[in-house]
Amino acid sequence: MSTLITGARPYGEDAADILVEDGRIAAIGASLSVPGADVVDAAGLVALPGLVDLHTHLREPGREDAETVETGSRAAALGGYTAVHAMANTDPVADTAGVVEQVWRLGQEAGLVDVVPVGAVTVGLRGERLAELGAMADSAARVRVFSDDGHCVADPALMRRALEYVKALDGVVAQHAEEPRLTVGAQMHEGDRSARLGLTGWPAAAEEAIIARDVLLADHVGARLHVCHVSTAGSVEILRWAKSRGVQVTAEVTPHHLLLTDECAEGYDPVFKVNPPLRTDADVEALRAGLAEGVIDAVATDHAPHAVEDKETEWAHARPGMLGLEQALSVVVATMLETGRLDWRGVADRMSTRPAAIGRLDGRGLEAHGRPLAPGEPANLLLLDPGARAVVDPAALASRSRNSPYAGRELPGRVVATFLRGVPTVLDGKAQK
Amino acid sequence: MARTTEHAHGDAASPSAVLSAADVTRVVDRMAHQLIEKCAGDDGRADVVLVGIPTRGAPLARRLAARVEAFSGFPVDVGTVDITLYRDDLRMRGVRALEETVLPEGGIDGRLVVLVDDVLYSGRSVRAALDALRDLGRPRAVQLAVLVDRGHRELPIRADYVGKNLPTSRSQSVRVRLAEVDGEDAVLVTGGEQ
Amino acid sequence: MKRHLLEAADLDRADATLVLDTAAQIDAALAGREVKKLPTLRGRTVVNLFYEDSTRTRISFELAAKRLSADVINFSAKGSSVSKGESLKDTALTLEAMGSDAIVVRHSASGAPHRLANWVRGSVVNAGDGTHEHPTQALLDAYTIRHRLGRLEGVRVAVVGDVLHSRVARSNVRLLHTLGAEVTLVAPPTLLPVGVGSWPAEVSYDLDAVLPKADVVMMLRVQAERMNASYFPSAREYSRRYGLDAHRMGALGDDAIVMHPGPMNRGMEIAAEVADSVRSTIVEQVGNGVSVRMAVLYLLLGGRAGE
Ligand SMILES: [Zn+2]
Repeated sequence: MSTLITGARPYGEDAADILVEDGRIAAIGASLSVPGADVVDAAGLVALPGLVDLHTHLREPGREDAETVETGSRAAALGGYTAVHAMANTDPVADTAGVVEQVWRLGQEAGLVDVVPVGAVTVGLRGERLAELGAMADSAARVRVFSDDGHCVADPALMRRALEYVKALDGVVAQHAEEPRLTVGAQMHEGDRSARLGLTGWPAAAEEAIIARDVLLADHVGARLHVCHVSTAGSVEILRWAKSRGVQVTAEVTPHHLLLTDECAEGYDPVFKVNPPLRTDADVEALRAGLAEGVIDAVATDHAPHAVEDKETEWAHARPGMLGLEQALSVVVATMLETGRLDWRGVADRMSTRPAAIGRLDGRGLEAHGRPLAPGEPANLLLLDPGARAVVDPAALASRSRNSPYAGRELPGRVVATFLRGVPTVLDGKAQK
Repeated sequence: MARTTEHAHGDAASPSAVLSAADVTRVVDRMAHQLIEKCAGDDGRADVVLVGIPTRGAPLARRLAARVEAFSGFPVDVGTVDITLYRDDLRMRGVRALEETVLPEGGIDGRLVVLVDDVLYSGRSVRAALDALRDLGRPRAVQLAVLVDRGHRELPIRADYVGKNLPTSRSQSVRVRLAEVDGEDAVLVTGGEQ
Repeated sequence: MKRHLLEAADLDRADATLVLDTAAQIDAALAGREVKKLPTLRGRTVVNLFYEDSTRTRISFELAAKRLSADVINFSAKGSSVSKGESLKDTALTLEAMGSDAIVVRHSASGAPHRLANWVRGSVVNAGDGTHEHPTQALLDAYTIRHRLGRLEGVRVAVVGDVLHSRVARSNVRLLHTLGAEVTLVAPPTLLPVGVGSWPAEVSYDLDAVLPKADVVMMLRVQAERMNASYFPSAREYSRRYGLDAHRMGALGDDAIVMHPGPMNRGMEIAAEVADSVRSTIVEQVGNGVSVRMAVLYLLLGGRAGE
């Protein structure tokens, strides 16, 4: 079976035809012609490698009313993703081989993206003792990223052991950096607005203190550390310093932290409540600069679906988190590409190549992700109409939840098609399953 | 909530004066004479309390009192009663700042109260004033004096003293202007057909 | 004025002055009367929706509404569907269906009245939300100051105590600034929010330095439990450094007044002899609360031209 994608612009560069055969890119060139191939007219569309998300909450098992592996996979495919890391804070927690294999299998059955389970660092995310990290790594799910996300691994001794232990698994600990004693009851960024709105503040220092501690620990034990959803200018500075010293640290930023600020909390609509919280203009600027510079390696969505009753409520009672998979690329186009901070290759690097490398998905097999658009590579790719602009309508989202912070906002770029190992998961902007 | 003024009905047609400043003075004088005639005892003293309904009823009551005193030789008690909180049409009118309610020292119990207003129209203001008076005391009797009666009553209320009867259509607007409030004396009619 | 009163910033100077003037006229209109009742809001329904126990505030609003002849429904969290887990939104829609014209809401969550205002057509009056605001308290405080001192412009007000957790402080800072008063916040740094520098107020850590210049001292309630979270070392140290006792009261100018929004912790932030002194307006504040809330209900519910 072969598919010929005609007239696409790989990395936004010169138009070319892309021939896909047996799940791989067979050829890229001008005026390819293959009798009997399905033809996808991609004139004017930008072709990028399929996106890889390091940070998705799919809610299954446990909160299937908010999202399932299938609905979240569909949202991901529509956003141009071909692989997503499913966070471990499900119910039951993904802290055993059994649970991660279940999630992995559900992803395979949905068949829209590769769902890569993240394993919990500690049993029940309780931060007390290590989960069976090796068993999860050896399972069919082949877990490489471990995270207690939603909770910080706050105990420094435990964090040190986790960092050390996963070295044997070629794994990485993805830390949700939040010193819990500094964020008791925290509702939003601590600053002028929290003071006025009477919402308990979440100080930048609570994130920065943990990142500073953890890069020192990673350095000391020679382990890899990944920092989830970096949100402050100070964190970027610490990461820059650590990288300059050769610490093996990587970091991600969410689309919402690249675009939105704590101004969104005015009006107390909990759709804007998220953890870590939306910060200031200066932080947004530092995050964009850090991502452009490469101090921040990746954009990760922290896609966090929540049922209506968990959001249509008082701010303090609402659960933190917002949707991201379907608009992530558009937000990056708006904040990084249209501002001239990244070109299309840069976008591909931060949303596909580097996250795949961090998750160790960038191998040689057909199951690899984050590989370049080149002959012989797995045919994981997306086609984007960069000129399209649309107002986000939460009711039209594929996610089972509606908590999009971009509702009513006009964003650029529309994912027209996504291919997973040569099979279209999205065509004409519509999911194929 | 918008603050509206009672007399702004937004009609663009240019107003025509039906009473000049001199007319207003003459009309007030005549009302003062009528009041003395009707209320004064054998000694010529009119034992009444003139209670104005703000805004323009209040200065009108003071003027009337001054003329009664000038003609009869006896001073007359004056007061004001704000009716804003007694209106039954708040929903339609929009809220306004309240004005003062001031009564003479001895109150109004057992006295003859003459309510004073600028324009008598539906009668609802007078009804509200009567409700307000009931909360303030128990007068012996209540009468009503108005500078202009323009008709179109919606309640069984009539004035005891009328400066000028002014037949109007409902589409018209009658504006009384008084020097104390507006800088000049005049009665104007706007809109509709005369 | 806006349709709702959610925070002090909803009132510009003209609106705030209108509320105070209206309250003064209502006070005058009712002074000395046996029956303190006006027909103004006959046929209107005011709902007191209280998610937090606050008998004083609820009674004050209830009295205000009843004196204006409104129908009053008390909907308190205890013993109603609210306690059975009904969401704020469902409750709002229920009250809306019952035809409420105004909802007076007290809630432990900051911003709850803002949410409510999105879901109902009637007016929403914030009767205290979390650590955010309590605008009618600020209005009655301003009313009390104006009544005692004859003015607000240029009046120097010291707000002393747990500013961090105080909705009264937030509303007062905003409203008093709008009305031309000069506010100084006095507290240990732990009880001032990060970001207080952006408020229209001076900040001091030294009560004794502020008292001689103050026309008004507003003492905020300080919960002794705060010391468990190390906001201060002990109740004794707090009260020694920031409590208003008779000795400190002596540093005040002759006409200066002492206010407290209640309920007081006698012996903690305020000594009994201060609370009961002639400078104290604490009882007066309670009475003024009813007049000010009548004014607010009248101005919000009286109607909008052209509606
Ligand atoms: Zn997280």
